[in-house]
Amino acid sequence: MNGRRRTLFILGLLVLAIAAPIGQGNYIIYVLTSWLVFAIAAMGLNLTLGYAGQISLAQASFMAIGAYVTSLLTLAGWHWILTLPLALIACFVVGLLLGYPALRVKGHFLAFVTLAFNTLVFLVLRNEDWLTGGSYGLVGMPRPDFGLFSTMKQLHFYYFTLGVTVLAALAMWGIVRSPWGRAFKALRENPIRAESLGVDTRRITLLAFAIGSAFGGLAGTLIAPLVQFIEPGSFGLAHSLRILLMVVVGGSGYFFGPFLGAAVVILLPEVLRFTEGYYLIIYSALVIVMLVFVPSGLIGVWGRLREKFWPRHQVRADMKEGAGLK
Amino acid sequence: MSQFLQVLLSGLATGSIYALVAIGFTLVWQAAQTVNFAQGEFVMLPAFFVLAGMSLFGLPFWTALLFGLAVSVVVLGLMFKKLVAEPILPHGGITLIIATMALGILLKESVKEFYSAEAQPFPSIFPNDPINVFGAVLSMQDILNLVLSLAIVVALTLFLNRTRTGRCMQATAQNPAVAEILGVNVKRMILYAFLINAALAALASFLITPVYLAKFSNGETLGLIAFIAAIVGGFNQIRGALVGGLLIGVLDNLTAAYVTAEYRAALPLVLLIGIILVRPQGIMGTSEGRAV
Repeated sequence: MNGRRRTLFILGLLVLAIAAPIGQGNYIIYVLTSWLVFAIAAMGLNLTLGYAGQISLAQASFMAIGAYVTSLLTLAGWHWILTLPLALIACFVVGLLLGYPALRVKGHFLAFVTLAFNTLVFLVLRNEDWLTGGSYGLVGMPRPDFGLFSTMKQLHFYYFTLGVTVLAALAMWGIVRSPWGRAFKALRENPIRAESLGVDTRRITLLAFAIGSAFGGLAGTLIAPLVQFIEPGSFGLAHSLRILLMVVVGGSGYFFGPFLGAAVVILLPEVLRFTEGYYLIIYSALVIVMLVFVPSGLIGVWGRLREKFWPRHQVRADMKEGAGLK
Repeated sequence: MSQFLQVLLSGLATGSIYALVAIGFTLVWQAAQTVNFAQGEFVMLPAFFVLAGMSLFGLPFWTALLFGLAVSVVVLGLMFKKLVAEPILPHGGITLIIATMALGILLKESVKEFYSAEAQPFPSIFPNDPINVFGAVLSMQDILNLVLSLAIVVALTLFLNRTRTGRCMQATAQNPAVAEILGVNVKRMILYAFLINAALAALASFLITPVYLAKFSNGETLGLIAFIAAIVGGFNQIRGALVGGLLIGVLDNLTAAYVTAEYRAALPLVLLIGIILVRPQGIMGTSEGRAV
């Protein structure tokens, strides 16, 4: 796809995202909003997993940090926009502190450290009830009000979230295209060569993880006013796994993979509601089957089909990069 | 003093079961460079095979244990290797790790939906009589669990060091290419590692389930503790996994008894980060160097 067609494609998606909630009930709009929120979290994890090649199992805890920082401060009377930088910085710093020891060693230590970290965050949120409300959680966070544009209504909040998502996606686009982003990719494709070319692999990986964590925090600051109720149970390990699977199902290392993956993970339960308790069984079995046959995710399926039916078309450049996930 | 001894010994008993899980984990890691995130579920499931054997086929308990062991080796060893690990490994280690996470969800949810979401009582292999050791009151079960797990570890070590097959497995773990050149059937050795892992998980399951009851969510904590035990002890050593398992079992009990019960679950994390900072190769491990 050349540059012009890609621009058209992205504009088309945006128009679709703007038009989608019009005339829908509150519940549908709520589902669409949470799709955007989880897409942001998945986008961050995609940077860690898809570009820097490290597994993080703590994305839900970074959402928790973001959500609790925002909730506590907005409940104390702060404006949402002021809590945002604090939440992002908190997640970035925690990401650095957590990633530093884990990335000193080769292998998948970050996966274990983040796995344990998720448990720890859950424990702290549940046990320190003087601050976090314990297992009862926090309720009644106000939604941000920007004078002329109040987000109290579901539809308005959707457009607000869409705006934030677009900004986050632009920021991610910038990061991926920057020298850092290229270093992330170099690292994933061939770490030894990247290191021999002077890329400080450890520092770059750490940075990718911390930035990815900050995106998780951003998703957290949005989920708090969306649901207006947070409790430790919504940020457990199962949710981190869910976000990880979003990235993988969508196609890790593809820019639009997280959006597709979040759509599948958030919307599929609505479609498969009739399967009741069997939903997770069907879903996890499908993920394993997908990893056996199309390890590059659903976007990879599309790429494959394109190549099969229109072999002369040039494959999108960012697709080619994503296919080499190791 | 007698309370300390009691806490220590029951910690060792739990720790020895963690060690079994951690050793299986280490074996699969060495053989196939696979981090199995479903390891906890691999320990949860065999107990349900036994329960199913007793309720569906009316097997007596001891026969049901053998049945559970056999089914575990086939399902969690052979089928896991052939249907999940083998086809996905060429796509890369991370892809396989994520597949094992999905597998963990699959096993857990299947047990929840198809068997029961309630905790099931599981008959104890050993009598649960209290006995008195130097003033400490211990259950017979704890002592025999400890003895049996240590015996399994010793038997496994002898197998790996003294038999031809065991040495071939070690050669495969150290350098598959050279092992293949020297005539070792590398594929078969990797399969053995998966089978032994499944058997160890099943044995750990039979020992630990009478204590915790059989529940679909048992694997969550067990898996994490086993990983951490393996890392803390040293990833490339069987005795490392043993030391790691025992250490975590004891420290966990001591923390719960003397420091804080609320943050008991945080202890493995603290230990993990401490070890990574001070001695990344693990307590017993030998450094492999950092190849990037």
